Amino acid sequence: MNAHVADGLLRAGNANCAGCGMTLGLRWFGEALAGTTPLLAIPPCCATVTSGLFPTTAYHAPGIATTFASSAAVGSGMSRVLRQNNEDQPVVCWTGDGGTYDIGMATLSAAAERNEDVIYVCYDNEIYGNTGGQRSSATPMGAKTTTSARGKVERKKDIMAIMAAHRVPYAASLSLAHHDDFVRKVKLALGLGGFRFLLMLSPCPAGWKCQPDESVALVRMAVGCGIYPVFEVFDGVRYRVNVRPDGTPLEDYLARQKRFKSEGLDVDFLQADVSARWTQLRALEEASPAEDEECATLDDVQTPAVAVSCEVRS
Amino acid sequence: MGTVLATGNQAAGQVLAMAGEANRSARGCGGGAYPITPQTEIAEYLTGHQFAKGSFVTAESEHSAMAVCIGASVMGARSFTASSSNGLLYMTENVFAAGYCRLPLVMVVCNRTIGPPWNIWVDQGDSLAMRDSAWLQFYCESHQDLVDTILLSFRVAEDERVLLPAMVAQDGFLISHTAMRVDIPEQGEVDRYLPALRLPQRLRPDHPVLYGSITLPRETENHRRDLEAAMAQVPIVLAEAIDEFESVFGRRPHGAFSAEQTADADAVLVASSTMSRTARRVVERRRARGEKIGLVGAKLFRPFLRPELVGAIGSAKRVAVLDRNLSPGSGGIFWNEVAVSLRQRADVVLQGYLMGLGGGDVTDGHVEAALDDLLGLAESGEPVFFPARVA
Ligand SMILES: Cc1ncc(C[n+]2csc(CCOP(=O)(O)OP(=O)(O)O)c2C)c(N)n1
Ligand code: SF4
Ligand SMILES: [Mg+2]
Repeated sequence: MNAHVADGLLRAGNANCAGCGMTLGLRWFGEALAGTTPLLAIPPCCATVTSGLFPTTAYHAPGIATTFASSAAVGSGMSRVLRQNNEDQPVVCWTGDGGTYDIGMATLSAAAERNEDVIYVCYDNEIYGNTGGQRSSATPMGAKTTTSARGKVERKKDIMAIMAAHRVPYAASLSLAHHDDFVRKVKLALGLGGFRFLLMLSPCPAGWKCQPDESVALVRMAVGCGIYPVFEVFDGVRYRVNVRPDGTPLEDYLARQKRFKSEGLDVDFLQADVSARWTQLRALEEASPAEDEECATLDDVQTPAVAVSCEVRS
Repeated sequence: MGTVLATGNQAAGQVLAMAGEANRSARGCGGGAYPITPQTEIAEYLTGHQFAKGSFVTAESEHSAMAVCIGASVMGARSFTASSSNGLLYMTENVFAAGYCRLPLVMVVCNRTIGPPWNIWVDQGDSLAMRDSAWLQFYCESHQDLVDTILLSFRVAEDERVLLPAMVAQDGFLISHTAMRVDIPEQGEVDRYLPALRLPQRLRPDHPVLYGSITLPRETENHRRDLEAAMAQVPIVLAEAIDEFESVFGRRPHGAFSAEQTADADAVLVASSTMSRTARRVVERRRARGEKIGLVGAKLFRPFLRPELVGAIGSAKRVAVLDRNLSPGSGGIFWNEVAVSLRQRADVVLQGYLMGLGGGDVTDGHVEAALDDLLGLAESGEPVFFPARVA
């Protein structure tokens, strides 16, 4: 079989639900790969089911199904062996929010700390989709899931802040409503070395109780109202916002999804949270070294770089 | 390298690294390791070693250490690690994943009591808890046995008729931390003994497959049948590996079971790990007194070669099994296997003795007393703690 991904990473016959955000994400990711074949590490999640029954696969690339918490560590082993054999294919961990924010957190953190040469993608459908839609720490406050029947009480974990705090070379959030920005960032990530983290809000009609044909519109609204900031962070210090909120009311985004029809939804609190996050993001962006400034990276220094150690190179 | 004075851990670290180096002309080696007493020196050695082609990840947990091994192995590297006790239990999910994915890893286990309550001394319960994980399991009785068995296990694990990972257990502290004279081979000899690893299921960019994805009951049952068929190849492959070992290294390690003075024995002791050596002294002493006592040193626990065990026991009518482990509610784990193996031997009085649990001493005196107990029994009984009272 002679396979390359020129015609996409996802082939016909995959098992995803209609309107699944992850499907579109795989297609755009495949577009950015532009013919490069990645090696995949996929923990149990909807993306395992995507593949279909062994030995057939809907992925146009080889990969291994890992245990739930292990994709970043399996990916570490894979990439080290590729590199020691002078092979430059990217290793891509393609994971859900459960495998990222929850059970795989320690594994992810450790691989990021070691700056393994891996691209880690989290498609965030804000639930455990595979097991029927339970809460995760990525579930937004107020959303109903099968384990938060009255709406989740706790706030969503800020994974981008966590990854930035690891000072990985690159962390970015991708929008399924902004194709060019999405593809540009994946290409940029592919061109870098070390640990790269990509987050992708991924509508799940089954769990969000929304219409399958509204997935892209929902992401556009999530970006527009600011609940899903689209930005990138270089080396944990240089922040760049890619798409700014356009004043879309938060209520409009929530109203389109039945998961938010819950007693526990406090729109004012959620709005305050979104605003606070944006105040913080803007401050981080303003405090960032300018684009033509280089900040100290792992290549330059022994100890990991921190914001204050960034020096302007003339 | 010749004869050196080395602890079990020093010897194991060096030999694992040599096995890794032996794959330098192919895809090299790699893996992950995480420290736990009494395995720590091996993790330190592997993560500190400069490989010609390979590197070790200082993982954040045993679960991830094994995951790194899985990733390295599926890309075609020779992979190995070491663990103990709770570390091994923490790793369990990926231990099974490696077995079920048919990745020929080698893991040295320094047997240690599982806690809490915390206890660092030897007990076989940790590796035996992994007995259903589709790994081969070897239990070593000495430093030299450890070195030789590590090399043997790579050979058997990587054989395409087997393709299963292997655990090589040594008694924590009793071997891992005591220094003995041991023959460490030359790298050239290891290179000759361990050919380049060719993993049939290695992930290749031109072959899209999601290895380990979803199967239905039919394929799953076929997979389990394949595991059993691979285990069934072990006796043949192990015998070949021992012959080859002798021609390369000039020594002949024993196989699944050693049958020592069992041909005419009335009673046989079945023991594993360092308990075999204690039992051997007792057998020699009894033989000197004219008693027909024999020993079966049980080295290979998975697969458990029942016909071989029955053959090794021979015509003896009394069999004692010494277990330094306990499956609560069921007795000693070796005893269980021996009992199943002897199910057609109604003429045998079989007795299990649980001793040295949690690292308690197993002295010549304990083994002598167990043997006397066996010789006085009228019929087989349930396993007993021995001595009856903890001193
Ligand atoms: C150790 C372990 N615990 C639980 C499970 C069951 N399980 C499989 S997938 C899954 C949820 C996955 O959620 P997420 O990572 O968000 O991916 P999604 O299904 O939403 O795509 C769970 C709980 C498992 N496979 N392994
Ligand atoms: S359950 Fe949700 S995330 Fe999973 S395939 Fe269906 S739409 Fe996609
Ligand atoms: Mg999810």
